[in-house]
Amino acid sequence: MSGAAIPKANFDFLPLALVALLALGAMPLIGSSSTWITLTVAGLAMGMIIFIIASGLTLVFGLMDVLNFGHGVFIALGAYLATSVFALMSDWTGSVDLWRNLVAVFATMAVAMALAAAVGWAFERVLVRPVYGQHLKQILITMGGMIIGEELIKVVWGATPIAIEMPEALRGVITFGDSAVEKYRVFATLVGGVVLAVMLFTLNRTKLGLLIRAGVQDREMVESLGYRIRRLFVGVFVAGSALAGLGGALWGVYQHGVLPQIGAHVNVLIFIVIIIGGLGSTTGCLVGALLVGLMANYTGFLAPKVAMFSNIGLMVAVLLWRPQGLYPVANR
Amino acid sequence: MLNRLLSHDLPRNRWLALLLVAIVLGLALTPFLFPGTKALNVAAKIIVFIVLVASFDLLLGYTGIVSFAHTMFFGIGAYGVAIACTRIGATWGSVALGIAAALAISLGLSLLIGLFSLRVKAIFFAMITLAVASAFLGLASQLSDFTGGEDGLTFKVPEALQPGTSYLDAPLLGASIDGRFVSYYLLFAVALLLVLALLRIVNSPFGRVLQAIRENDFRAEAIGYRTIVYRTLASVLSALFATLAGCLLALWLRYNGPDTTLSFEIMLDVLLIVVIGGMGTVYGAVVGSALFVLAQSYLQDLMKLGAGVVDGVPVLAQLISPDRWLLWLGILFVLSVYHFPSGVVGRLRAMRKPGP
Amino acid sequence: MSPSPVMNLLALDGVHTHIGAYHILHGVDLVVPAGQVTMLLGRNGAGKTTTLRTIMGLWPASKGSVRFEGHAVGGQNGQRTTPEIAQLGIAYVPENMGIFSDLTVRENLLLAARKARTVDQMDTTRLEWLFGLFPALKKFWLYPAGKLSGGQKQMLAIARAMVEEQRLLLIDEPSKGLAPAIVQNLIGALRELKRTQTTVLLVEQNFAMAKALGDRVAVMDDGRVVHAGAMAELAEDEALQHKFLGLSLGAHQ
Repeated sequence: MSGAAIPKANFDFLPLALVALLALGAMPLIGSSSTWITLTVAGLAMGMIIFIIASGLTLVFGLMDVLNFGHGVFIALGAYLATSVFALMSDWTGSVDLWRNLVAVFATMAVAMALAAAVGWAFERVLVRPVYGQHLKQILITMGGMIIGEELIKVVWGATPIAIEMPEALRGVITFGDSAVEKYRVFATLVGGVVLAVMLFTLNRTKLGLLIRAGVQDREMVESLGYRIRRLFVGVFVAGSALAGLGGALWGVYQHGVLPQIGAHVNVLIFIVIIIGGLGSTTGCLVGALLVGLMANYTGFLAPKVAMFSNIGLMVAVLLWRPQGLYPVANR
Repeated sequence: MLNRLLSHDLPRNRWLALLLVAIVLGLALTPFLFPGTKALNVAAKIIVFIVLVASFDLLLGYTGIVSFAHTMFFGIGAYGVAIACTRIGATWGSVALGIAAALAISLGLSLLIGLFSLRVKAIFFAMITLAVASAFLGLASQLSDFTGGEDGLTFKVPEALQPGTSYLDAPLLGASIDGRFVSYYLLFAVALLLVLALLRIVNSPFGRVLQAIRENDFRAEAIGYRTIVYRTLASVLSALFATLAGCLLALWLRYNGPDTTLSFEIMLDVLLIVVIGGMGTVYGAVVGSALFVLAQSYLQDLMKLGAGVVDGVPVLAQLISPDRWLLWLGILFVLSVYHFPSGVVGRLRAMRKPGP
Repeated sequence: MSPSPVMNLLALDGVHTHIGAYHILHGVDLVVPAGQVTMLLGRNGAGKTTTLRTIMGLWPASKGSVRFEGHAVGGQNGQRTTPEIAQLGIAYVPENMGIFSDLTVRENLLLAARKARTVDQMDTTRLEWLFGLFPALKKFWLYPAGKLSGGQKQMLAIARAMVEEQRLLLIDEPSKGLAPAIVQNLIGALRELKRTQTTVLLVEQNFAMAKALGDRVAVMDDGRVVHAGAMAELAEDEALQHKFLGLSLGAHQ
């Protein structure tokens, strides 16, 4: 072997820098640093929740080439379950004790994840499995699944919006000097951070994660190495659905309420995020989610009317720079 | 002669031909055969949907492009007429202006979208069009000064088409000859022309190249067809036809709002019809639209009856409630994707004649 | 075929393979005796890669049978899935090497070691042996496999197939696109492999490599095996070489 320099395992920091760029760029536009801090934390919190929801979807696509246009149904389910659990545990959420509130919230998260996982398993079995490899049919069927899911949600919970009361101890703000940061948003960011940490650990330090990462690159080769990747896929699909349910619950509380279209609404945001990030890339998903969260909050403050377009503009800008997304997955 | 009229794309099946004749005759004679405002409204909706769905099929069934932004062009057409009539006045001139403006905007947008679609992968494109369609819906609601916002625009149409205008005092053969009557036949005639034009397009050499591209765009490019040109043209044509459908709808309803043309439900309805009717066949749009709109309009009455019967039974009542029409639609949709991949038309055409 | 007491580890009998509308294999009869290196030669498009993929179950055989150690793994008598086939002890090194570029060399090898959950559980003796054969692996242990040179990637691909003991190795054109010096290294490494008496089915266009490594040879053309026998026999007979491989008399690759 020639004396070539040992290649460095360099990580592409450029897209991450974009997040910082966006945040810093918005500062002069916003003016006051206290408002900036509030908005930035809000944006990061929103971004984290979106990341939780979108991460499952991007892995599912990366791993098995399956386009789930019905991911919104798990989000909606999670959000609606939150309303029910909160209603059931209203004395816990109404209590001023933080630990009681937290128990209620964690109970909600657990229920949302469990049920969303179950529905996810059924979704994969009944709707998705018969149409592996056929993109058009997948799009149609998963959309159909979402419609059915949304209608069933209306059957159970009714078609009118339901408000969610923030648990007592999580209401209000923490103040740092001039700036006020909502307690719930800090909480959501923490939860997001935990999910991210667990995900990164699983992906990078376990053999399971190794299988997933390899499968995203070259499914056939993983099978040729003797692994039944179909089983792995069902697992990832179910995990992705559970995460979407968790995210949906967090989102519902974040928005102080739910409507039946909540799934469809968030779905569009999710798609934008995974397109920006690169289909199949978890890091890309994170960066995309943070960008979208920040963008939504900054424009919501600066120019509310163009809020939706700002995200599309962001997507178009990213695609013009890197047509496969920020972190395209190799071998695709 | 019939052959040339239909651009040599015959039904090729006795039942299909019968069905088509029944539909066309039924629509042609609705004012006489089925009196009453509801029937006329349903028939007009069928006509508009036929054009809309056929235009979508040009994109999806023939060229193989999945775009969820189709209702955007439908909306542009409708808003074009609506805004022109509201702002300028209810004259033929303003209608023409509205239509022209709508077509111009659709042309520009579809060109942009069509060219963009070629820069990104198909899956990306589908998702992006979803996002764009949502944004457009939001935009229409936001620019309330211009578009009437959530409430939409109610407007007058040129006098000749107004319901109040009466041409004959007494009803002729059961139909009252008034502005509505004229509007209806205007819709019918224009739609007929548009459908025949579409038949001509898909059966022309251009249409064949589109199908070749759908099957294998790599190979089409290798043979020498500049796929970018064909796909962009298909996107533009499809958008223009959808825009015209929107204009027709606006003229009929004398109203347009975000939910009338831009809603996601309509996009899904179009998808459902294309799948049930049969992708890649113009007749699929005809048969599918007729079946779908009829079911949507009259099945709900059936459901209302049913709901009345099981009223009180907790879950069952909710499931059969006419508000939950979409649930059954969704189930039917999923079933058709699995079991009727080539749609009704495909199924009929595949039926072999019994013989030795 | 010589009536040898050596067991045929792999036997293809009248195998046809269709890919969509294309009929690629037209009745392939092939035996791979245990403990030997069988070369699979032939022009481009003769169906060599298709044969390997059919054995692996990536493309199912539409007719005929594929038997491994006497049991049917493909064809009309029962088609096993690719993971099942791999688990029987068959390792596949495809033409494009199948390296996971985003994963490190270490991770690529760990993945191939089915019995190990972590690197510590891998067979260290075997690893050391592999490092001896392919020094680059040790050098670039923690770097993404995508950064390796073509030759190094090929070494990694083969090392992956050897990281655990396998019954049969299927290797598709390892020398493709590699510089002659690297090919020599490759031959050296494969010779070492040969010493362990692992059964190998090796597809190659490089005749010199075939001569250096092969015990048996099968030549394919138009989706069929047109010649099978001892490598030594083919190596001596230039007329035969010309007939089946289009090699001009007196020349060598």
